[in-house]
Amino acid sequence: EDIEMSYLEELNMGGFTTENTARNEVLAQKGFDVKSRCVKTGTTIAAMIFKDGVILGADTRATAGEIVADKNCEKIHYMAPNIHCLGAGTAADCEHVTLMMSRKLELFTLNTGIEARVEMAATQLANYLFNYGGHIGAYLILGGIDVSGPKVVQVYADGCKTYLPFIATGSGSLGATAVLETDFKEDMTKEEAMKIMVKAIEAGVYHDMGSGSNVDLCVITKEGAQHYRNYVSKNKKEFEMKDIYKFQKKPEVLSTKEIPISSLIVEEGDQPMELQLN
Amino acid sequence: GILSRKMSIDTYNGSSMIGMIGKDCIAIASDTRLGVQLKTIDTNFKKVFKATDHCLIGMTGLATDVQTLASVFRYKTHLYKLREGEEIRASTFSNLVATTLYEKRLGPYFADPIVAGLEKDHKTGKIVPVLATYDLIGCYQKCSNFAVGGTSQNMLYGACESYWKENMEPDELFEVISQCLFSSMDRDCLSGWGAEVYILTPEKLIVKRLKSRMDQF
Repeated sequence: EDIEMSYLEELNMGGFTTENTARNEVLAQKGFDVKSRCVKTGTTIAAMIFKDGVILGADTRATAGEIVADKNCEKIHYMAPNIHCLGAGTAADCEHVTLMMSRKLELFTLNTGIEARVEMAATQLANYLFNYGGHIGAYLILGGIDVSGPKVVQVYADGCKTYLPFIATGSGSLGATAVLETDFKEDMTKEEAMKIMVKAIEAGVYHDMGSGSNVDLCVITKEGAQHYRNYVSKNKKEFEMKDIYKFQKKPEVLSTKEIPISSLIVEEGDQPMELQLN
Repeated sequence: GILSRKMSIDTYNGSSMIGMIGKDCIAIASDTRLGVQLKTIDTNFKKVFKATDHCLIGMTGLATDVQTLASVFRYKTHLYKLREGEEIRASTFSNLVATTLYEKRLGPYFADPIVAGLEKDHKTGKIVPVLATYDLIGCYQKCSNFAVGGTSQNMLYGACESYWKENMEPDELFEVISQCLFSSMDRDCLSGWGAEVYILTPEKLIVKRLKSRMDQF
């Protein structure tokens, strides 16, 4: 028999919802310090064109206020096989906006059979971010290679985009830009480019408090994208305990409950699943 | 006076939470205080919820949003089971949490979840622990060692950095997570009044209630 599930049509199936905005405004008026507690990527990210393609570099620190939230996060996001993206600003926005764009590009490639182009991604991102007036805090650098050659674009949260031979963004961009301005030259080889990119990111890692830990690189050429995760990793924990610490006093347990659970299922191809509703 | 002090949304209710990865097991521990600014009104407040048999989600922040989000996740996981015919996997659930929070980007829920679960890799058959933490708008951070949250977050970071080791058995994991929680919770006025530790292994879920200091605000 057909179950009436018309309410399913009215369910929110993706996209922003604004149910909480009225309540949050009232809370703000009552004097609650409704500060933004978003994780920001105070960061050093840079991208550069070299002879055979583009090279992207990033540090790996994610901050929440003054605390390091993640010592080894990934800032080089996949957008298409020939395009990768670096994000600074509000981490959630960078992540979700990049995911949305990469899915759009995938659908485009599937529908037309054409490889995605950097300009397309940049224009669509810029238009999307402009509509939100800068409130979606995604400060992105797109780097990729397509039919019109290697391209590096900077897309800012207010919706502007700039095409340049090299760009650095984030709180550590001052150091990185200084290195890039000094050492950049046209038609570099891959080895030269990697050396300069590492130097630029390290300038941010060591001089900026919002950037730190390791250096990640990504080299995109006509053959594809090659990742160098933690290419330079000089900031490891100095002293590690060898064994588990022997605590003097054990925690006092008031009660223990052991609940048996169903076994973890490994998917084995086409198997009809029994639907049990309890 | 002390009662007219303005407090922010994150310190309105108070909480402490840790998620920690062990060898083929995962644990999540939280305090059980519910307060309204400096008054304690409940000492047995649940902040860790079961998404499926193999996945737990704990949330810190504004308590009303913690409870609302727990209902939202219960609703979404039940609908998933009806549509797909099987329980949602831990890694899929952790992605669902990120998108649910990001839906409310322009008017967020003031809760920071920690997802702790286990799943089996279908190629190698190995048990893979899933630990993820989020900010209030869904910045998804996969953790390979521990995840902390709540009003005593800064102190929890320090304690966990010192004592966490790789490949701990469930008993060792329980000991380390409890000690880290207590050493930070005892120094935080807004969390405490009891602690609960959930240890998830492939065979069972062990829930322990611990005795703590009972003299927070």
